[in-house]
Amino acid sequence: MLRFATWKIVAILGMTFAAILVVAPSLLSPSSYEALASKLPDWARPPTIVLGLDLQGGSNVMLEVDKPSVLHTLAMNLRDDARRILREEKVAITGGIGQQARGVQFRVPDAADRAKIMPKLKALAQSYSNRLGAGAPPLDIEDSGDGLIRVTVTDTGLTEKVRRAVDQSIEVIRRRIDQLGTREPSIQRQGDDRIVVQVPGLQDPEQLKTILGQTAKLEFRLVSEPGENPADVEELEQTEQAGKIGVEKQVMVQGEDLTDAQPGFDQRGGEPVVNFRFNIKGAQKFGEVTSKNVGRLFAIVLDNKVISAPRILTPITGGSGQISGHFTVEQANNLSILLRAGALPAKLNIVEERTVGPGLGQDSIDAGKRAAYVGAGLVVVYMLITYGVFGVFANLALFVHIAIIFAGLILLGSTLTLPGIAGIVLTIGMAVDSNVLIYERIREEQHAGRSILASLDAGFNRAFATIVDSNVTMFVAAAILYFLGSGPVRGFAVSLALGILTTIVTAVTMTRMMIAVWYHRARPTRLPI
Amino acid sequence: MKLLRLAPENTKFPFMRFRRVSYPMSAALSIMAVLLFVFVHMNFGIDFAGGTVIELRAKGGSAEVGTLRAIAEKLSLGDVEVQAFGSQADATLRFGLQPGGDVAQQAAVERVRNAVENDYDVRRVEVVGPRVSGELVQSGTLGVVLSIIAVLGYLWFRFEWQFAISAVIATMHDLLLTVGFFALTQLEFNTTSIAAILTIVGYSLNETVVVLDRIREMMRKYKKMSTAQIIDMSINAVLPRTIMTATTVFLALLSLAIFGGQVIRSFSFAMIWGIVVATYSSVFICSPMLIYLGLRNEDGERAGASAEEEAEKIEKPKKAAAPAPAKPGPARASGKKTKPSTA
Repeated sequence: MLRFATWKIVAILGMTFAAILVVAPSLLSPSSYEALASKLPDWARPPTIVLGLDLQGGSNVMLEVDKPSVLHTLAMNLRDDARRILREEKVAITGGIGQQARGVQFRVPDAADRAKIMPKLKALAQSYSNRLGAGAPPLDIEDSGDGLIRVTVTDTGLTEKVRRAVDQSIEVIRRRIDQLGTREPSIQRQGDDRIVVQVPGLQDPEQLKTILGQTAKLEFRLVSEPGENPADVEELEQTEQAGKIGVEKQVMVQGEDLTDAQPGFDQRGGEPVVNFRFNIKGAQKFGEVTSKNVGRLFAIVLDNKVISAPRILTPITGGSGQISGHFTVEQANNLSILLRAGALPAKLNIVEERTVGPGLGQDSIDAGKRAAYVGAGLVVVYMLITYGVFGVFANLALFVHIAIIFAGLILLGSTLTLPGIAGIVLTIGMAVDSNVLIYERIREEQHAGRSILASLDAGFNRAFATIVDSNVTMFVAAAILYFLGSGPVRGFAVSLALGILTTIVTAVTMTRMMIAVWYHRARPTRLPI
Repeated sequence: MKLLRLAPENTKFPFMRFRRVSYPMSAALSIMAVLLFVFVHMNFGIDFAGGTVIELRAKGGSAEVGTLRAIAEKLSLGDVEVQAFGSQADATLRFGLQPGGDVAQQAAVERVRNAVENDYDVRRVEVVGPRVSGELVQSGTLGVVLSIIAVLGYLWFRFEWQFAISAVIATMHDLLLTVGFFALTQLEFNTTSIAAILTIVGYSLNETVVVLDRIREMMRKYKKMSTAQIIDMSINAVLPRTIMTATTVFLALLSLAIFGGQVIRSFSFAMIWGIVVATYSSVFICSPMLIYLGLRNEDGERAGASAEEEAEKIEKPKKAAAPAPAKPGPARASGKKTKPSTA
């Protein structure tokens, strides 16, 4: 056992050196790291440890597509489509179109009429299917035979719609968060209907939530006038005043036609406003509507609430306008961000939020460091007073062990979280277990009367099987933690798993090498253990 | 230099004799743990119960728990728990799910923020909705169950089936007692606690495997000895290591508990309890279980009954075997389906 091939020694020393080299930049203070990084080309910039949101501060928000509202929209669209088909085919129905939670139903008394519209409805289902890209049919068309026809959205249809809404939302959210000027946000889909947004180091989590929680569907609609058909009018809430206001259902111009929106100040009152500009289509439409309706109130509707309803004094043909609504500067700023980034395809609810202030993050880092130093210190002293010179070897191995864990975390780009630090502190305790197993075995063999070399040999060889078995079980637990855990727990699992893998190299091979070198130098007559 | 020894050398504790005490005791403790779990509810954190935690730090002076409670009362958020937390300037506010779902939950946070903004910095906000917390419970439970099954499989493959079953029984025992510990102490139970429990499972198995490994080795070496004697001898042999390792891990966890900060504290306490229980169960639960499961030493008599009388005879076969150190060959050959140790 005590012959060590030179290449092994070189490999172990090389690995140790490499680990220290990888870890070193993370030990620099942020300012000296910046100074170093600025002198190097991009690709040569050394990676540093990525701190989790619980350590550097930041927000982790989980959003979920609001299924009821998606379903509602789908059902409303279905009603419009059904009405259009019935009108086009000139089919008479009795009792009107009944709106249901999942779709519509209507009664067609005439059998020939029914036969006429069924293919049309099937074609409609096909077009939904094409739009959603679903395998199973998104619509369920049911003809009960006695004249009642029911068209409903299937679960597949809803799921597909939600899935697409998530995809589109991710893009919109990315644009919105980019506007906040934060660095390295992470936006990921989770499951069918969720999005996880992580924004590190955010100063104002409220602004993030304001920006994420709004659909930002902007519409321009005319305020209704007395004598209009009630079927064409909708009562909407107002943001500025109490009470509702009646506006026409028909949307004149939509937020989709905006090309730009910027916060500004009203020229007369100095009040914060949002200035917007339309694309050509929007500008034309806007000009047309405003010229036809001079003198009427024009409602600016955001997410089904009326922000303001100014009177049209002159036709606005320049393609740009202004939204005022007694905003604060921040509100105007947020609204312009939302309008620039576009509307979300569906309402998103915040189902989970974890925000850590930067101060608390720093405190956690300090506490974690302190715990790690004290823990490592205690273990090191304990090993020294228990095993003497062998304890020195175990401690050196422990030092390399910790360096390799951190190097592993850095190279994997894995984030270091507070539970991750706990995992590392724990592996500090566990790591020496392998050394303890070996050393106790060596002692045992020596007590049983074996020679020095035979004791060392047996100690390492026999303990090895035990070390492998016990570490594999621990590793299994860590792997399962990783796959099932979320966020910080995953960080813990990664540190733990890395620690276990490293143990084999440092506690077994490296210690063995050190003892071999020591043995050849010291030529002991009795093992000091 | 005189080196420190926590465990006396060459111990010969008749561990197997204690199984008449340890089994009823552990059974009683396990039942108590289950009863505690059922009747004294765990202090579920918001990860599992759903709800909101807001951590505040006073901008100047110390946090006024009374004032905060009064403010919270006015906001009508249901049951609000206000607690001093860590240093004098810190306090946490915790309240449950708001009627009205996720949107109402967010609105409640906003109300609290506005109410305390002038005097306090908001250091941490966690909001977990009802469905998310349900899923966290599911995945947590699944994790524990899966890891036990996976380890059972591994041990079955590496050892005899009796070893695998004993290890799993010991691990479940540790799991129960840890859950009971959470119920008794009312330490907050959250996702980090699940991590603690899984780590305890890992540690417990680690302990068990070390003892089992030695038992297997001894069984090959001393074929004539009864299982009970073998087990006693094995445990005594690994005792110094068991104590040594438990102490180092304890030291590491102690520093985590004292210096690691408030968030990690319940994790550290649970782990400390866990290593105590895991060490105990590897010796007093897992190993005797082998006897009950009818593990037989080859050619040895059926173990158990004669353990006490034979305990004194241990000395002789050990001495007889000692002068023949490098003799793993024959033992390996008769090792049957178990894999040879890497001697």
